[in-house]
Amino acid sequence: MSVRQSLLAILDQGPCYGYQLRTEFDRRTGSTWPLNVGQIYNTLDRLARDGLVEKLEASDASPDATSQIYFRITDAGRSEVAGWLGSPVERTAATRDELAIKLAIAVTLPGVDIARVIQVQRAATLRNLQELTKTKNATGDPETSENLAWLLIVDSLIFQAEAEVRWLDHSEARLARAAATGHAAPLPLGTEIPKRGRPTKVVPA
Amino acid sequence: MSTVDGKSDVLLQLNGISMQYGKGETAVTALSGVDLTVHAGELVAIMGASGSGKSTLLTIAGGLTTPTSGEVIVEGQWLSTASPAGIAALRRRTLGFVFQDFNLIPALSAIENVMLPLDLDGWKRRKARSAAMDALRSVELESRANHYPDELSGGQQQRIAIARAVVGTRRIILADEPTGALDSATGEVVLRMLRKRVDAGAGGILVTHDARHAAWADRIVFLRDGRVVDESVGHSVDTLLAPVAQP
Ligand SMILES: Nc1ncnc2c1ncn2[C@@H]1O[C@H](COP(=O)(O)OP(=O)(O)O)[C@@H](O)[C@H]1O
Ligand SMILES: [Mg+2]
Repeated sequence: MSVRQSLLAILDQGPCYGYQLRTEFDRRTGSTWPLNVGQIYNTLDRLARDGLVEKLEASDASPDATSQIYFRITDAGRSEVAGWLGSPVERTAATRDELAIKLAIAVTLPGVDIARVIQVQRAATLRNLQELTKTKNATGDPETSENLAWLLIVDSLIFQAEAEVRWLDHSEARLARAAATGHAAPLPLGTEIPKRGRPTKVVPA
Repeated sequence: MSTVDGKSDVLLQLNGISMQYGKGETAVTALSGVDLTVHAGELVAIMGASGSGKSTLLTIAGGLTTPTSGEVIVEGQWLSTASPAGIAALRRRTLGFVFQDFNLIPALSAIENVMLPLDLDGWKRRKARSAAMDALRSVELESRANHYPDELSGGQQQRIAIARAVVGTRRIILADEPTGALDSATGEVVLRMLRKRVDAGAGGILVTHDARHAAWADRIVFLRDGRVVDESVGHSVDTLLAPVAQP
Protein backbone atom coordinates (compact mmCIF):
# COMPACT_ATOMS: atom_id res chain seq x y z
CA MET A 1 0.00 0.00 0.00
CA SER A 2 1.39 3.35 -0.97
CA VAL A 3 1.18 5.02 2.42
CA ARG A 4 4.08 7.21 1.48
CA GLN A 5 2.48 8.69 -1.62
CA SER A 6 -0.95 8.90 0.01
CA LEU A 7 0.39 10.98 2.88
CA LEU A 8 2.34 13.11 0.48
CA ALA A 9 -0.79 13.71 -1.63
CA ILE A 10 -2.68 14.80 1.48
CA LEU A 11 0.18 17.12 2.45
CA ASP A 12 -0.10 18.66 -1.00
CA GLN A 13 -3.37 20.16 0.29
CA GLY A 14 -1.56 22.01 3.07
CA PRO A 15 0.81 21.44 6.02
CA CYS A 16 -0.33 18.92 8.65
CA TYR A 17 0.66 17.51 12.04
CA GLY A 18 1.36 13.78 12.21
CA TYR A 19 -1.81 12.98 14.09
CA GLN A 20 -3.84 15.13 11.74
CA LEU A 21 -2.47 13.17 8.78
CA ARG A 22 -3.67 9.97 10.32
CA THR A 23 -7.18 11.35 10.69
CA GLU A 24 -7.15 12.63 7.11
CA PHE A 25 -5.97 9.28 5.77
CA ASP A 26 -8.64 7.35 7.71
CA ARG A 27 -11.37 9.76 6.69
CA ARG A 28 -10.52 9.24 3.03
CA THR A 29 -10.24 5.45 3.16
CA GLY A 30 -13.10 4.63 5.52
CA SER A 31 -10.58 3.36 8.10
CA THR A 32 -10.09 0.22 5.99
CA TRP A 33 -6.34 0.24 6.55
CA PRO A 34 -5.91 2.08 9.85
CA LEU A 35 -2.41 3.48 10.31
CA ASN A 36 -0.81 3.85 13.70
CA VAL A 37 0.91 7.05 14.63
CA GLY A 38 4.29 5.31 14.67
CA GLN A 39 3.90 4.31 11.01
CA ILE A 40 2.98 7.86 10.14
CA TYR A 41 6.02 9.37 11.85
CA ASN A 42 8.36 6.77 10.37
CA THR A 43 7.05 7.56 6.91
CA LEU A 44 7.30 11.29 7.52
CA ASP A 45 10.91 10.92 8.70
CA ARG A 46 11.80 9.10 5.51
CA LEU A 47 9.98 11.67 3.40
CA ALA A 48 11.94 14.43 5.18
CA ARG A 49 15.21 12.55 4.68
CA ASP A 50 14.44 12.30 0.94
CA GLY A 51 13.68 16.00 0.77
CA LEU A 52 10.01 15.53 -0.14
CA VAL A 53 8.68 17.26 2.99
CA GLU A 54 10.18 19.63 5.50
CA LYS A 55 9.77 19.57 9.25
CA LEU A 56 8.69 22.78 10.88
CA GLU A 57 8.18 23.80 14.49
CA ALA A 58 4.68 24.97 15.23
CA SER A 59 6.12 28.08 16.84
CA ASP A 60 7.29 29.09 13.36
CA ALA A 61 3.66 29.25 12.29
CA SER A 62 2.00 30.81 15.30
CA PRO A 63 3.86 32.30 18.22
CA ASP A 64 1.64 30.94 21.01
CA ALA A 65 1.53 27.31 19.83
CA THR A 66 3.47 24.66 21.71
CA SER A 67 6.51 23.30 19.96
CA GLN A 68 4.65 20.64 18.00
CA ILE A 69 6.18 19.54 14.74
CA TYR A 70 4.32 19.80 11.50
CA PHE A 71 5.16 18.92 7.95
CA ARG A 72 5.06 20.81 4.68
CA ILE A 73 5.49 19.38 1.20
CA THR A 74 8.44 20.54 -0.92
CA ASP A 75 8.54 21.12 -4.68
CA ALA A 76 10.21 17.72 -5.08
CA GLY A 77 7.34 16.25 -3.04
CA ARG A 78 4.79 17.89 -5.33
CA SER A 79 6.29 16.39 -8.43
CA GLU A 80 6.38 12.97 -6.71
CA VAL A 81 2.61 13.26 -6.09
CA ALA A 82 1.98 14.23 -9.71
CA GLY A 83 4.08 11.27 -10.85
CA TRP A 84 2.18 8.91 -8.57
CA LEU A 85 -1.26 10.03 -9.74
CA GLY A 86 -0.20 9.92 -13.38
CA SER A 87 1.25 6.41 -13.44
CA PRO A 88 -0.28 2.95 -12.95
CA VAL A 89 0.17 0.98 -9.76
CA GLU A 90 2.62 -1.80 -10.55
CA ARG A 91 1.64 -5.15 -9.18
CA THR A 92 4.45 -7.61 -8.74
CA ALA A 93 3.74 -10.66 -10.85
CA ALA A 94 3.85 -13.31 -8.18
CA THR A 95 2.55 -11.88 -4.95
CA ARG A 96 2.15 -14.88 -2.67
CA ASP A 97 -1.49 -15.80 -2.60
CA GLU A 98 -2.17 -17.91 0.46
CA LEU A 99 -5.24 -19.51 -1.04
CA ALA A 100 -3.64 -20.37 -4.39
CA ILE A 101 -0.75 -21.98 -2.55
CA LYS A 102 -3.11 -23.92 -0.31
CA LEU A 103 -5.06 -25.31 -3.28
CA ALA A 104 -1.90 -26.09 -5.22
CA ILE A 105 -0.52 -28.06 -2.28
CA ALA A 106 -3.86 -29.70 -1.44
CA VAL A 107 -4.32 -31.01 -4.98
CA THR A 108 -1.04 -32.91 -4.75
CA LEU A 109 -1.86 -34.64 -1.43
CA PRO A 110 -3.42 -38.08 -1.57
CA GLY A 111 -6.71 -38.48 0.30
CA VAL A 112 -7.67 -34.80 0.43
CA ASP A 113 -11.18 -34.07 -0.71
CA ILE A 114 -10.27 -31.07 -2.82
CA ALA A 115 -13.90 -30.38 -3.83
CA ARG A 116 -14.65 -29.94 -0.17
CA VAL A 117 -11.65 -27.67 0.37
CA ILE A 118 -13.02 -25.50 -2.43
CA GLN A 119 -16.56 -25.57 -1.08
CA VAL A 120 -15.43 -24.59 2.42
CA GLN A 121 -13.49 -21.66 1.00
CA ARG A 122 -16.31 -20.59 -1.31
CA ALA A 123 -18.84 -20.60 1.51
CA ALA A 124 -16.50 -18.43 3.60
CA THR A 125 -15.76 -16.02 0.75
CA LEU A 126 -19.47 -15.73 -0.02
CA ARG A 127 -20.21 -14.92 3.62
CA ASN A 128 -17.60 -12.20 3.42
CA LEU A 129 -19.19 -10.97 0.19
CA GLN A 130 -22.62 -10.92 1.87
CA GLU A 131 -21.22 -8.79 4.70
CA LEU A 132 -19.62 -6.37 2.27
CA THR A 133 -22.85 -6.13 0.29
CA LYS A 134 -24.80 -5.37 3.47
CA THR A 135 -22.30 -2.66 4.37
CA LYS A 136 -22.57 -1.18 0.93
CA ASN A 137 -26.35 -1.30 0.92
CA ALA A 138 -26.43 0.38 4.32
CA THR A 139 -24.12 3.15 3.13
CA GLY A 140 -26.55 4.11 0.40
CA ASP A 141 -25.89 6.76 -2.18
CA PRO A 142 -22.76 8.83 -1.90
CA GLU A 143 -24.03 12.06 -0.44
CA THR A 144 -20.67 13.04 0.92
CA SER A 145 -17.17 12.73 -0.45
CA GLU A 146 -16.26 10.45 2.46
CA ASN A 147 -19.12 8.09 1.51
CA LEU A 148 -18.00 8.11 -2.09
CA ALA A 149 -14.41 7.27 -1.16
CA TRP A 150 -15.64 4.53 1.17
CA LEU A 151 -17.93 3.04 -1.49
CA LEU A 152 -15.04 2.86 -3.94
CA ILE A 153 -13.12 0.81 -1.43
CA VAL A 154 -16.07 -1.45 -0.57
CA ASP A 155 -16.64 -2.01 -4.30
CA SER A 156 -13.02 -2.95 -4.70
CA LEU A 157 -13.26 -5.52 -1.89
CA ILE A 158 -16.51 -6.84 -3.40
CA PHE A 159 -14.93 -7.31 -6.81
CA GLN A 160 -11.93 -9.05 -5.26
CA ALA A 161 -14.17 -11.47 -3.37
CA GLU A 162 -16.19 -12.09 -6.52
CA ALA A 163 -13.02 -12.81 -8.46
CA GLU A 164 -12.02 -15.31 -5.81
CA VAL A 165 -15.37 -17.12 -6.08
CA ARG A 166 -15.08 -17.20 -9.85
CA TRP A 167 -11.59 -18.60 -9.61
CA LEU A 168 -12.84 -21.27 -7.17
CA ASP A 169 -15.65 -22.19 -9.59
CA HIS A 170 -13.13 -22.36 -12.37
CA SER A 171 -10.74 -24.52 -10.33
CA GLU A 172 -13.59 -26.84 -9.41
CA ALA A 173 -14.46 -27.32 -13.09
CA ARG A 174 -10.81 -27.77 -14.02
CA LEU A 175 -10.36 -30.41 -11.32
CA ALA A 176 -13.51 -32.22 -12.42
CA ARG A 177 -12.17 -32.36 -15.98
CA ALA A 178 -8.76 -33.52 -14.77
CA ALA A 179 -10.36 -36.24 -12.65
CA ALA A 180 -12.43 -37.39 -15.62
CA THR A 181 -9.34 -37.77 -17.79
CA GLY A 182 -7.27 -39.32 -15.01
CA HIS A 183 -4.89 -36.40 -14.70
CA ALA A 184 -5.64 -35.61 -11.09
CA ALA A 185 -3.34 -38.14 -9.45
CA PRO A 186 -1.68 -36.87 -6.25
CA LEU A 187 2.07 -36.47 -6.05
CA PRO A 188 3.85 -38.90 -3.72
CA LEU A 189 7.02 -37.73 -2.03
CA GLY A 190 9.98 -37.78 -4.40
CA THR A 191 12.24 -40.82 -4.03
CA GLU A 192 15.45 -38.90 -4.48
CA ILE A 193 16.34 -37.29 -1.20
CA PRO A 194 17.79 -33.85 -1.79
CA LYS A 195 21.18 -33.10 -0.19
CA ARG A 196 21.18 -30.87 2.83
CA GLY A 197 22.52 -27.39 2.57
CA ARG A 198 22.74 -25.28 -0.53
CA PRO A 199 21.30 -26.48 -3.79
CA THR A 200 24.10 -27.89 -5.97
CA LYS A 201 25.47 -25.45 -8.46
CA VAL A 202 24.89 -26.18 -12.06
CA VAL A 203 28.29 -26.21 -13.70
CA PRO A 204 28.17 -24.40 -16.99
CA ALA A 205 29.23 -26.60 -19.88
CA MET B 1 -52.02 -19.38 7.43
CA SER B 2 -49.81 -16.33 7.73
CA THR B 3 -48.44 -15.30 11.04
CA VAL B 4 -47.50 -11.83 12.17
CA ASP B 5 -44.01 -13.03 12.98
CA GLY B 6 -42.43 -12.75 9.55
CA LYS B 7 -39.55 -15.16 10.07
CA SER B 8 -41.49 -18.26 10.96
CA ASP B 9 -43.89 -17.72 8.08
CA VAL B 10 -43.13 -20.35 5.44
CA LEU B 11 -44.11 -19.07 2.01
CA LEU B 12 -42.70 -21.77 -0.17
CA GLN B 13 -41.68 -25.31 0.52
CA LEU B 14 -40.11 -27.87 -1.79
CA ASN B 15 -39.91 -31.41 -0.46
CA GLY B 16 -37.86 -34.11 -2.13
CA ILE B 17 -38.08 -32.67 -5.62
CA SER B 18 -36.78 -34.81 -8.45
CA MET B 19 -37.06 -34.04 -12.11
CA GLN B 20 -36.31 -36.15 -15.11
CA TYR B 21 -36.59 -34.93 -18.68
CA GLY B 22 -37.33 -37.60 -21.26
CA LYS B 23 -37.42 -41.34 -20.84
CA GLY B 24 -35.20 -44.35 -21.26
CA GLU B 25 -31.64 -44.03 -22.46
CA THR B 26 -31.86 -40.36 -23.29
CA ALA B 27 -33.43 -39.38 -19.96
CA VAL B 28 -31.77 -36.45 -18.20
CA THR B 29 -31.99 -36.20 -14.44
CA ALA B 30 -32.12 -32.46 -13.78
CA LEU B 31 -32.88 -32.62 -10.03
CA SER B 32 -32.62 -35.32 -7.39
CA GLY B 33 -34.21 -35.04 -3.99
CA VAL B 34 -33.99 -31.28 -3.51
CA ASP B 35 -35.50 -29.75 -0.37
CA LEU B 36 -35.85 -26.00 -0.02
CA THR B 37 -37.87 -23.72 2.24
CA VAL B 38 -38.36 -19.99 1.77
CA HIS B 39 -39.70 -17.90 4.63
CA ALA B 40 -41.27 -14.48 4.50
CA GLY B 41 -38.54 -11.87 4.67
CA GLU B 42 -35.97 -14.21 3.17
CA LEU B 43 -34.13 -14.03 -0.11
CA VAL B 44 -32.48 -17.30 -1.10
CA ALA B 45 -29.90 -17.35 -3.85
CA ILE B 46 -29.36 -20.47 -5.93
CA MET B 47 -25.93 -20.82 -7.43
CA GLY B 48 -24.40 -23.54 -9.51
CA ALA B 49 -22.72 -24.25 -12.80
CA SER B 50 -24.73 -24.09 -15.98
CA GLY B 51 -26.83 -27.25 -16.33
CA SER B 52 -26.92 -27.88 -12.58
CA GLY B 53 -30.72 -27.56 -12.51
CA LYS B 54 -31.29 -24.00 -11.28
CA SER B 55 -33.87 -22.98 -13.87
CA THR B 56 -35.67 -26.30 -13.56
CA LEU B 57 -35.95 -25.80 -9.81
CA LEU B 58 -37.35 -22.31 -10.26
CA THR B 59 -40.03 -23.31 -12.78
CA ILE B 60 -41.05 -26.16 -10.47
CA ALA B 61 -41.25 -23.78 -7.50
CA GLY B 62 -43.56 -21.57 -9.53
CA GLY B 63 -45.82 -24.36 -10.70
CA LEU B 64 -44.81 -23.94 -14.34
CA THR B 65 -43.33 -27.45 -14.45
CA THR B 66 -44.62 -30.49 -12.59
CA PRO B 67 -41.80 -32.44 -10.93
CA THR B 68 -41.36 -36.16 -11.54
CA SER B 69 -41.65 -36.59 -7.79
CA GLY B 70 -41.81 -34.45 -4.68
CA GLU B 71 -44.15 -31.81 -3.31
CA VAL B 72 -44.40 -28.07 -3.87
CA ILE B 73 -46.33 -26.13 -1.25
CA VAL B 74 -47.05 -22.48 -2.01
CA GLU B 75 -48.54 -20.46 0.86
CA GLY B 76 -49.91 -23.66 2.34
CA GLN B 77 -51.37 -24.98 -0.91
CA TRP B 78 -50.15 -28.29 -2.24
CA LEU B 79 -49.72 -27.80 -5.96
CA SER B 80 -50.15 -31.53 -6.66
CA THR B 81 -53.74 -31.36 -5.46
CA ALA B 82 -54.58 -27.82 -6.61
CA SER B 83 -56.84 -27.36 -9.62
CA PRO B 84 -55.42 -25.75 -12.76
CA ALA B 85 -57.55 -22.70 -11.99
CA GLY B 86 -56.15 -22.64 -8.46
CA ILE B 87 -52.59 -22.73 -9.77
CA ALA B 88 -53.40 -20.03 -12.30
CA ALA B 89 -54.74 -17.82 -9.52
CA LEU B 90 -51.58 -18.40 -7.47
CA ARG B 91 -49.51 -17.33 -10.44
CA ARG B 92 -51.55 -14.16 -10.85
CA ARG B 93 -51.70 -13.13 -7.22
CA THR B 94 -48.93 -14.74 -5.25
CA LEU B 95 -46.05 -15.51 -7.56
CA GLY B 96 -43.96 -13.04 -9.49
CA PHE B 97 -41.66 -14.42 -12.17
CA VAL B 98 -38.70 -12.44 -13.32
CA PHE B 99 -37.04 -13.92 -16.38
CA GLN B 100 -34.47 -12.58 -18.75
CA ASP B 101 -36.61 -12.37 -21.83
CA PHE B 102 -39.22 -9.68 -21.77
CA ASN B 103 -42.24 -9.51 -24.01
CA LEU B 104 -43.59 -6.04 -23.65
CA ILE B 105 -46.61 -5.21 -25.73
CA PRO B 106 -45.47 -2.53 -28.22
CA ALA B 107 -48.87 -0.83 -28.44
CA LEU B 108 -49.05 -0.24 -24.70
CA SER B 109 -47.12 2.36 -22.73
CA ALA B 110 -44.75 1.29 -19.96
CA ILE B 111 -47.33 1.78 -17.23
CA GLU B 112 -50.06 0.02 -19.24
CA ASN B 113 -47.74 -2.94 -19.70
CA VAL B 114 -47.11 -3.06 -15.97
CA MET B 115 -50.84 -2.76 -15.18
CA LEU B 116 -51.73 -5.65 -17.46
CA PRO B 117 -51.59 -8.51 -14.93
CA LEU B 118 -53.69 -6.46 -12.49
CA ASP B 119 -56.26 -5.68 -15.20
CA LEU B 120 -56.48 -9.40 -15.95
CA ASP B 121 -57.00 -10.03 -12.26
CA GLY B 122 -59.94 -7.60 -12.18
CA TRP B 123 -58.35 -4.73 -10.28
CA LYS B 124 -60.04 -1.35 -10.37
CA ARG B 125 -58.34 0.94 -12.87
CA ARG B 126 -57.24 3.61 -10.37
CA LYS B 127 -55.89 1.12 -7.89
CA ALA B 128 -54.06 -0.78 -10.62
CA ARG B 129 -52.55 2.43 -11.92
CA SER B 130 -51.18 3.41 -8.56
CA ALA B 131 -49.78 -0.09 -7.90
CA ALA B 132 -48.14 -0.03 -11.34
CA MET B 133 -46.61 3.35 -10.55
CA ASP B 134 -45.18 1.90 -7.31
CA ALA B 135 -43.66 -0.97 -9.28
CA LEU B 136 -42.14 1.42 -11.81
CA ARG B 137 -40.71 3.50 -8.99
CA SER B 138 -39.14 0.38 -7.48
CA VAL B 139 -37.12 -0.10 -10.66
CA GLU B 140 -36.39 3.64 -10.84
CA LEU B 141 -38.36 4.22 -14.04
CA GLU B 142 -41.36 6.26 -12.90
CA SER B 143 -40.25 9.02 -15.23
CA ARG B 144 -40.77 6.70 -18.21
CA ALA B 145 -44.32 5.65 -17.33
CA ASN B 146 -45.86 7.04 -20.50
CA HIS B 147 -43.15 5.99 -22.92
CA TYR B 148 -43.71 3.16 -25.38
CA PRO B 149 -41.32 0.18 -25.50
CA ASP B 150 -39.64 1.34 -28.73
CA GLU B 151 -38.75 4.61 -26.99
CA LEU B 152 -36.85 2.76 -24.27
CA SER B 153 -33.42 1.15 -24.17
CA GLY B 154 -33.10 -2.62 -23.86
CA GLY B 155 -32.15 -2.32 -20.21
CA GLN B 156 -35.11 -0.05 -19.50
CA GLN B 157 -37.46 -2.47 -21.25
CA GLN B 158 -36.13 -5.24 -19.09
CA ARG B 159 -36.74 -3.23 -15.93
CA ILE B 160 -40.32 -2.52 -17.12
CA ALA B 161 -40.78 -6.28 -17.56
CA ILE B 162 -39.45 -6.78 -14.04
CA ALA B 163 -41.87 -4.17 -12.68
CA ARG B 164 -44.70 -6.05 -14.43
CA ALA B 165 -43.52 -9.32 -12.88
CA VAL B 166 -43.63 -8.01 -9.33
CA VAL B 167 -46.54 -5.55 -9.53
CA GLY B 168 -49.28 -5.76 -6.92
CA THR B 169 -49.18 -7.75 -3.73
CA ARG B 170 -47.26 -10.85 -4.81
CA ARG B 171 -45.47 -12.35 -1.85
CA ILE B 172 -43.19 -14.78 -3.64
CA ILE B 173 -40.73 -13.55 -6.23
CA LEU B 174 -38.85 -16.01 -8.40
CA ALA B 175 -36.05 -14.52 -10.45
CA ASP B 176 -33.90 -16.38 -12.99
CA GLU B 177 -30.70 -14.46 -13.79
CA PRO B 178 -32.71 -11.24 -13.76
CA THR B 179 -29.70 -9.02 -14.23
CA GLY B 180 -28.26 -10.96 -17.13
CA ALA B 181 -28.56 -8.36 -19.86
CA LEU B 182 -28.18 -5.33 -17.61
CA ASP B 183 -25.05 -3.33 -17.00
CA SER B 184 -23.78 -3.66 -13.46
CA ALA B 185 -25.20 -0.38 -12.12
CA THR B 186 -28.67 -1.14 -13.54
CA GLY B 187 -28.45 -4.71 -12.30
CA GLU B 188 -27.97 -3.28 -8.84
CA VAL B 189 -31.25 -1.36 -9.15
CA VAL B 190 -33.03 -4.66 -9.70
CA LEU B 191 -31.29 -6.35 -6.78
CA ARG B 192 -32.07 -3.45 -4.49
CA MET B 193 -35.72 -3.69 -5.54
CA LEU B 194 -35.78 -7.43 -4.78
CA ARG B 195 -34.11 -6.81 -1.44
CA LYS B 196 -36.68 -4.13 -0.52
CA ARG B 197 -39.61 -6.33 -1.43
CA VAL B 198 -38.22 -9.15 0.64
CA ASP B 199 -37.45 -6.87 3.59
CA ALA B 200 -41.08 -5.73 3.40
CA GLY B 201 -42.22 -9.33 3.93
CA ALA B 202 -42.04 -11.13 0.59
CA GLY B 203 -39.99 -14.27 0.02
CA GLY B 204 -37.71 -14.68 -2.95
CA ILE B 205 -35.52 -17.05 -4.89
CA LEU B 206 -32.77 -15.54 -6.97
CA VAL B 207 -31.02 -17.79 -9.46
CA THR B 208 -27.65 -16.43 -10.43
CA HIS B 209 -24.16 -17.57 -11.25
CA ASP B 210 -22.76 -14.22 -10.19
CA ALA B 211 -21.44 -14.24 -6.63
CA ARG B 212 -21.78 -10.48 -6.41
CA HIS B 213 -25.52 -10.82 -6.97
CA ALA B 214 -25.95 -13.87 -4.77
CA ALA B 215 -24.41 -11.82 -1.97
CA TRP B 216 -27.62 -9.79 -1.74
CA ALA B 217 -29.40 -12.90 -0.46
CA ASP B 218 -29.79 -14.07 3.12
CA ARG B 219 -28.86 -17.61 2.24
CA ILE B 220 -26.97 -19.16 -0.65
CA VAL B 221 -27.74 -22.67 -1.84
CA PHE B 222 -25.50 -24.50 -4.30
CA LEU B 223 -26.70 -26.98 -6.83
CA ARG B 224 -24.33 -29.48 -8.33
CA ASP B 225 -25.66 -32.04 -10.82
CA GLY B 226 -29.18 -31.53 -9.56
CA ARG B 227 -28.38 -31.94 -5.89
CA VAL B 228 -27.98 -29.39 -3.12
CA VAL B 229 -24.36 -29.30 -2.06
CA ASP B 230 -24.17 -29.94 1.64
CA GLU B 231 -24.51 -26.56 3.30
CA SER B 232 -23.16 -27.69 6.65
CA VAL B 233 -19.59 -27.08 5.65
CA GLY B 234 -17.66 -28.67 8.44
CA HIS B 235 -14.28 -27.36 9.48
CA SER B 236 -13.07 -30.55 11.03
CA VAL B 237 -10.04 -32.09 9.42
CA ASP B 238 -11.78 -35.47 9.46
CA THR B 239 -14.31 -34.34 6.89
CA LEU B 240 -11.55 -33.03 4.62
CA LEU B 241 -9.22 -36.00 4.87
CA ALA B 242 -10.59 -39.28 3.69
CA PRO B 243 -8.63 -42.31 4.88
CA VAL B 244 -5.60 -42.70 2.62
CA ALA B 245 -5.57 -45.96 0.72
CA GLN B 246 -2.27 -47.74 1.34
CA PRO B 247 -0.62 -49.20 -1.72
N1 LIG C 1 -36.98 -28.92 -21.43
C1 LIG C 1 -35.92 -29.72 -21.25
N2 LIG C 1 -35.82 -30.89 -21.89
C2 LIG C 1 -34.77 -31.72 -21.70
N3 LIG C 1 -33.75 -31.44 -20.88
C3 LIG C 1 -33.78 -30.28 -20.22
C4 LIG C 1 -34.86 -29.35 -20.36
N4 LIG C 1 -34.61 -28.26 -19.58
C5 LIG C 1 -33.43 -28.51 -18.98
N5 LIG C 1 -32.93 -29.71 -19.35
C6 LIG C 1 -31.68 -30.32 -18.87
O1 LIG C 1 -31.74 -30.37 -17.45
C7 LIG C 1 -30.49 -30.00 -16.87
C8 LIG C 1 -30.65 -28.79 -15.97
O2 LIG C 1 -30.98 -27.67 -16.78
P1 LIG C 1 -31.35 -26.24 -16.18
O3 LIG C 1 -32.37 -26.41 -15.12
O4 LIG C 1 -31.69 -25.35 -17.32
O5 LIG C 1 -29.96 -25.82 -15.51
P2 LIG C 1 -29.37 -24.36 -15.20
O6 LIG C 1 -30.49 -23.38 -15.17
O7 LIG C 1 -28.68 -24.54 -13.89
O8 LIG C 1 -28.38 -24.07 -16.28
C9 LIG C 1 -29.55 -29.79 -18.04
O9 LIG C 1 -28.84 -30.97 -18.26
C10 LIG C 1 -30.46 -29.47 -19.19
O10 LIG C 1 -29.88 -29.86 -20.41
MG1 LIG D 1 -30.77 -21.51 -16.27
